[in-house]
Amino acid sequence: MSLAQAIPDVATKAPLVQVRDLHVSFVSREETVRAVNGVSFDLMPGEVLCIIGESGSGKSVTMRALMRLLPRKRAVITGELRVGAHDMIALDERRLSEIRGSVVSMVFQEPMTALDPVYTVGRQITETILRHQRCGRRTAWARALEILQLVRIPSPERRLHAYPHELSGGLRQRALIAMALSCRPSLLLADEPTTALDATVQIQVLILLRKLQKEFGMGLIFVTHDLGVAAQIADRVAVMYAGQIVEEGSARDVLMQPRHPYTIGMLSSTVTAEARGRDIEAIAGSPPDMRVLMQGCSFAPRCRFSVAACSTTTPEPVAVGDRHSARCIRLPETFDPAAR
Amino acid sequence: MTETTLDAAGRPLAAETSTRAAPAGYWRGVARRLRYDYVTLLFIALIAAIALAAIFAPLIAPFDPYKSSMIYRLKPIGYRGFLLGTDELGRDMLSRLTYGGRSSLMMGLTPVILATAIGGSLGLVAGYLGGWVNALIMRTMDVFYAFPSVLLAVAISGTLGGGVVNGLIALTLVFIPPLCRVAEGATTQIRDRDFVEAARASGASATSIIFYHVLRNVSAPVLIYASSLISVSILLAAGLSFLGLGVEPPTADWGLMLSTLRQSIYVQPLICALPGLAIFIVSLSFNLVSDGLRQAMDVRS
Repeated sequence: MSLAQAIPDVATKAPLVQVRDLHVSFVSREETVRAVNGVSFDLMPGEVLCIIGESGSGKSVTMRALMRLLPRKRAVITGELRVGAHDMIALDERRLSEIRGSVVSMVFQEPMTALDPVYTVGRQITETILRHQRCGRRTAWARALEILQLVRIPSPERRLHAYPHELSGGLRQRALIAMALSCRPSLLLADEPTTALDATVQIQVLILLRKLQKEFGMGLIFVTHDLGVAAQIADRVAVMYAGQIVEEGSARDVLMQPRHPYTIGMLSSTVTAEARGRDIEAIAGSPPDMRVLMQGCSFAPRCRFSVAACSTTTPEPVAVGDRHSARCIRLPETFDPAAR
Repeated sequence: MTETTLDAAGRPLAAETSTRAAPAGYWRGVARRLRYDYVTLLFIALIAAIALAAIFAPLIAPFDPYKSSMIYRLKPIGYRGFLLGTDELGRDMLSRLTYGGRSSLMMGLTPVILATAIGGSLGLVAGYLGGWVNALIMRTMDVFYAFPSVLLAVAISGTLGGGVVNGLIALTLVFIPPLCRVAEGATTQIRDRDFVEAARASGASATSIIFYHVLRNVSAPVLIYASSLISVSILLAAGLSFLGLGVEPPTADWGLMLSTLRQSIYVQPLICALPGLAIFIVSLSFNLVSDGLRQAMDVRS
């Protein structure tokens, strides 16, 4: 299988995405919100990384920082961001717009609003193609048709001339994916692309994304708060909490043998088949206020493993397996199955 | 997926043709939607007829609009070849009304076109850049907002003195603030929409976002609002010349005619009402066309 072949391959290649100690804070006159606090991860070409986390954990901000889409004046970014050979921090706006859409693309959460209502779908796709490739309008139009067929839009010739409001949510999301893929990017960022869709359509779009990712051999970073979605699509999973990646590893390791108390709590609070009639276990408390600088582990106040040391020392990532790490100083305890 | 969309009258709107047509332009779509709106079409035709009559007034008018006669003063409608009677100096009303359309239409359209260009671009800049640029432009507009529009027009043209050009300047200045505000509001709204971020994410530069996404989305509300201002402009222009500030006698102008004929209102009330009727018809037509345009320019209608 291609996946089996890909594994030794991956080990030798340079990573497609390299994020080192990324910090993002939003500065305004009244306050500073530290949205991302020291995120580091690698993505190999052709890999799918799922970033899981609740609202406000910094997943979307990390995505936007990776494309440098955050407002320059208000968002302060520090750290290292590399996509392929490009240093995303050092690039100026001109070079960035060359890379956006051709090397890195993004699929947004809301298919209803991410398409311009006054242009037809075909017009919007060709516009992206023309922006990055030297070709005539006619060629671009043909490419757009081709890409609509690729994302399995029924009767694509007709849809090219349709306005966004004439398409259903699922079709619109497919059109958005088509737009993002129109220049064959090597990295696709997907910001909760299935959240706004019906459950049945969600699965279709997921399968499609996974299939296209394999076909194109591109890297995919997929942001979601849905564990089921992560299990479906991911090679690797990173769990974010309060602007940090608290646990990262292969999808199997993280979802089957979670080591960080937050991941454990999150997984035990999902609905499973045998849980009927029983209350879902929830994690007590609420996420920390990102406006105040935290000391120690940000999850400590809600953690049932926490000890006094947790609120004073900031945990560093600890390797707990092959490419599997967690940010916790109580790791030996969390491994005890009886404690879960 | 594609439901058959119905227009206001409940007829199935050409969803099929829209998808079959060649890479249909936006304006072609607007024209197609207008084709089924008979009321709007009727009033567009009416405006066109009045405009043509005004342009070709020398060919159409039965008499010289400036030739007065002591004998034929204030004759009733239909008197001896004077189809719409004569005014207080014995000039043919029909001829004067035809010629009057020239200045009325010019006073209606020119200030609005100028103000749309100036106010629209100011609003676009203010809305897109935000920050202190926005504050500077919009607070300046607020100063103009402090005065009622009629008063402002009178004050400006009163300061500049009478005459057509000064009248045009006054009206343009009156219309810049509201158009700027509409453009600014629409731009601020569009700027934060997801598709603008999506466009940035697909590599669009700031200029291409302004000209490709923002301008198109903003143009519909601005143009619709501007078209509704045409009738206001005609009325204000009539008001100015009624007060003796705009067009100067003996030029044939509806507002001015209304003003001079008002002394004869007990002698020939019907004739005195004619210029008013002309103003009413033209401004009503522009209002109705503006309404029709509003519907036709909404892609979702």
